[in-house]
Amino acid sequence: MFGYLLKRVLIAIPTLLAISAVIFFILALAPGNPLGDLAANPAITPEVRENIRRSLGLDQPIHIRYVKWSLALMRGNLGYSFTSRLPVSELIAQRLPTTLWIIGIAYLLSVALAFPLGIVAALKRDTWVDRGITTLAFMGFSTPTFFSGLLLIIVFSVRLGWLPFIYDSTLQVADLGSFWQLVKQSVMPITVLVLFQTAVLLRFIRAAMLEEIPQGYVKTARAKGLSRWRIVNLHMLRNALIPVVTLVALDIPTIFTGSLVTEQVFRVPGIGALLIDSIYRGDTPVVMAIALIYAVLVVVFNLMADVLYGLIDPRVRYG
Amino acid sequence: MAIAAEKVQPGQPGIWRQLRGDRTTTLALGLLLLIVLAVLLGPFIYPGSPSDIDFSRALAPPSRELPLGANDLGQNQLARLLVGGRISLAVGVAAMLIAMTIGVLIGALAGFYGRWIDGSLMRFTDLFLALPQLPLVLLVIYLFGDPVRKALGQERGIFVLIVLVIGGLNWMSVARLVRAGFLSLKQRNFVQAAIALGANPWRVVKSHLLPNVIGPVIVAATLAVGNALLAESTLSFLGLGFSPDVPTWGRMLYDAQNYIESAPHLVMAPGLAIFLTVLSINTLGDRLRDVLDPASR
Repeated sequence: MFGYLLKRVLIAIPTLLAISAVIFFILALAPGNPLGDLAANPAITPEVRENIRRSLGLDQPIHIRYVKWSLALMRGNLGYSFTSRLPVSELIAQRLPTTLWIIGIAYLLSVALAFPLGIVAALKRDTWVDRGITTLAFMGFSTPTFFSGLLLIIVFSVRLGWLPFIYDSTLQVADLGSFWQLVKQSVMPITVLVLFQTAVLLRFIRAAMLEEIPQGYVKTARAKGLSRWRIVNLHMLRNALIPVVTLVALDIPTIFTGSLVTEQVFRVPGIGALLIDSIYRGDTPVVMAIALIYAVLVVVFNLMADVLYGLIDPRVRYG
Repeated sequence: MAIAAEKVQPGQPGIWRQLRGDRTTTLALGLLLLIVLAVLLGPFIYPGSPSDIDFSRALAPPSRELPLGANDLGQNQLARLLVGGRISLAVGVAAMLIAMTIGVLIGALAGFYGRWIDGSLMRFTDLFLALPQLPLVLLVIYLFGDPVRKALGQERGIFVLIVLVIGGLNWMSVARLVRAGFLSLKQRNFVQAAIALGANPWRVVKSHLLPNVIGPVIVAATLAVGNALLAESTLSFLGLGFSPDVPTWGRMLYDAQNYIESAPHLVMAPGLAIFLTVLSINTLGDRLRDVLDPASR
């Protein structure tokens, strides 16, 4: 297991390096000036601009800049924001907990919903139960998150007035009342993500379970007289999990994408919203850092899937 | 084993017979045709102007002369929906074509030549799969948007850029399935026989390998149109796609969200348009998969 793990980590490192290079070179080779407004500002004289360029190391050849940039990155130095003059890492640290809170809860809920629904749909294949569940899933994953979000706002905020449609970032959770407020303002963003994510997961799980139904070991287990519950949960599900884990890992980026849109719809002050704001402001260091964080998250989740894969399927570990 | 029996002929009449008998498919296909026709012919038939501004009817609710109401500038929403749909659908189809071209090319090269070509191309594919899609699309549009707009013109520039970026980030699944198909087909008797008989590589690919992977590729292409349409809508919804005078469906939603309290109808029409188009494309792709690619059912 240790050797397997080590191999996975060693594969992840070049991937991360390659991604950081892609992001760096896209920015460095962009035809616009990466200094954005700073360079276009007429109040800044050419000499000052040259000094800024030098202090940022922009006068050096591109490959040296990349090495310097990635070395600084490894020390956790993401640079400074152009507009707010704060370290980028500080800006992101302010925003990340909100994003992770929304995504985390949403993902847990969708897993909790998708497994039973997917299993039931597979076991009751081609009955009205299956058809109902798959139709709902189909609609769920064909609905863009921005549309479902706006629909929820129209129904629950505008028409019924039950939930606030703007996320209050200044809210401090001190007592039960403010916690209730946090729950109330998180309900809609989380629901939007759950609707979409459950639909995606459910389809994976249903398909994987359908693969297991005709297998010989299921017949054997039934012939041994094992209970249906035991066969489904201990035998079939364990085998079905193998493809599901891979697909779920490959699908992790979509939940970040979903959260980016959701944050925009509900004005949730997460890193997705920070990314969009920074793009509008031309705040390159922040844009770059967030794009990189998304990439790191994707690679980390893929790595976790590989580890889980090894835990579930011994053939992977030793093969 | 008969060689002919191993080939799947995508043009078989059986496929259409199977699809036509299915009620859901008919419904999805009908809906999609309706949307495409409306978008293609609608602007010629419907007399309303998509760009005329009339503040006296700003945020007007749906009525007889304005079936979908008017936006904050008093522009006719139905006319905008029809014109905008053209762009949204064009982006979807164009991005799909790019994704399919890259995907089939890379998958075919990797699957046909194997060895180090396969290894390096697949690492390349894995790298693309690990890229964070939406942030990267946003980044590229942010950086290259203005220069491309200047070089190719306001509307055409951003169209080319969006199509290239969306297509360029969606070819990986096609490459993988073409490669997997080629790898397993190469071992089959009829391909080995063709090679032994001295067929040149291009002929083997063209008449033996490609026709046998076309089924899954068609399925992937159908789903890719829906994905690209969603990606474009998302971009426009974030305010980073087309400019405000190009009313794509995503852009209309972006503009509508500020008036969600006073004019919720502005959200419904473009939102439903995106939803129904994507839903019918996905349904069609799903059904096609059942017929063309029974192994993955």
